[in-house]
Amino acid sequence: MSLVNIQNVKKRFGNIEVLKDVSMSVQKSEIVSIIGRSGSGKSTLLRCINGLEEVQGGKIVVDGIDVTAKDADLNELRQQVGMVFQSYNLFPHLSVERNIMLALTVVKKMSQGEARDIAAEMVSRVGLADKLKAYPDELSGGQQQRVAIARSLAMQPKVILFDEITSALDPELVGEVLKVLEDLASGGMTMLLVTHEMNFAKSVASKVAFMHHGRLHEIGAARSTIESPQTPELKSFLDAVLH
Amino acid sequence: MNIIREFGTAEFLFILVAARWTILLTLASLAIGSVIGLLIAVMRIVPLRPLNWLALAYINLLQGTPVLGQLFLFFFGFSIIGIEVGAWAACVAAFSLYTGAFLGEIWRGSLQSVPRTQWEASAAMALNYGQRLRYVIIPQAVRLSVAPTIGFIVQLLKNTSLASIVGFVELMRAAQLMNGATFSPIPIYLTVAAIYFIICFSLSQVSQHYERTLHVPR
Repeated sequence: MSLVNIQNVKKRFGNIEVLKDVSMSVQKSEIVSIIGRSGSGKSTLLRCINGLEEVQGGKIVVDGIDVTAKDADLNELRQQVGMVFQSYNLFPHLSVERNIMLALTVVKKMSQGEARDIAAEMVSRVGLADKLKAYPDELSGGQQQRVAIARSLAMQPKVILFDEITSALDPELVGEVLKVLEDLASGGMTMLLVTHEMNFAKSVASKVAFMHHGRLHEIGAARSTIESPQTPELKSFLDAVLH
Repeated sequence: MNIIREFGTAEFLFILVAARWTILLTLASLAIGSVIGLLIAVMRIVPLRPLNWLALAYINLLQGTPVLGQLFLFFFGFSIIGIEVGAWAACVAAFSLYTGAFLGEIWRGSLQSVPRTQWEASAAMALNYGQRLRYVIIPQAVRLSVAPTIGFIVQLLKNTSLASIVGFVELMRAAQLMNGATFSPIPIYLTVAAIYFIICFSLSQVSQHYERTLHVPR
């Protein structure tokens, strides 16, 4: 059974249809890159998966939990679904350690000691062991984004959603964040990424999904889909971004 | 025999000591008003229309009427329906409600100044609404609200002089009493102005100190 199952999802903002009948499924340990022009609905699709956006039609089931049900326990779901944002969204009033500990102690009811151990472990996993006591504004964008990934990992989610996480970074900082993603990928983490990093999508992702005008226009194995797109829309998109 | 007293040390001390009632009235109103204010601020932002409406009605009512009117309402209004309230109780009640309305608006503004993305990030981490407010939004809003809150406290402290009208002997009323006895309005009211100034100036220094040290988000 697939870990994430999206069936005929429809989403409107006012009169604008941003998602038109999108269906997709993601298996455990799969890495799906969602690509497409801005406004094509990629980020919205991602945000529907953890219930940050409500859908107007269709169904999304994650690990057996129906996200789109009226009485869905979103807080239960969100313990299974991590999310990392373009603008990092670390809590500026908390140190790196406290950023990671917060949900562990408040949501998972761990003791301070347990949570502190996990924070230390996660931070060293993203190569920032020396920044445990630092505050977000003392870190570079790349470091903040790695902390955000560590914060998400600490909850031991079954799947992590990455929403254009390298788009706000200076070009020289993109590499360190992609490196962390590669480590996660080799560790078997299930991931959905909205990304503009085509080389990353090609080399690390298992699937590429191309969104176009609110529809899932083309989906397939990552390398072959990027190297030989089947639809003229994907071809013209790739021509535009690869040059 | 001269029945008019001189304005001397004893008179000065009488006024100075009365300042404690100004400070106490401010502190009591602030304590109760803060609780009301926090409640109002949260009621303004929760996604529940009836609560939003109720809080807004409260704010409009309190901000749209003079504090003096509210003070009279408590002082005289209750005795009409047979409940005797002293000047102190009437003043604390009136100034607390007034403080609640203003702090409610100030704090709502601060809560709403915390970026939307902080709500989203904490929601994505499975914090429920109350936990998001308590651990993520309120701590950041507090830092944003220090300066306007202290600004309001300065206003409140000066406005407590209205309590003199219902006979509560705070700084201003003490000055009026001394003026009645000595008929030296200039030295008396200069003294009073100096005392108000010293308290308010200290408060704004505290505010500036916090703005400097808390500006860095931590």
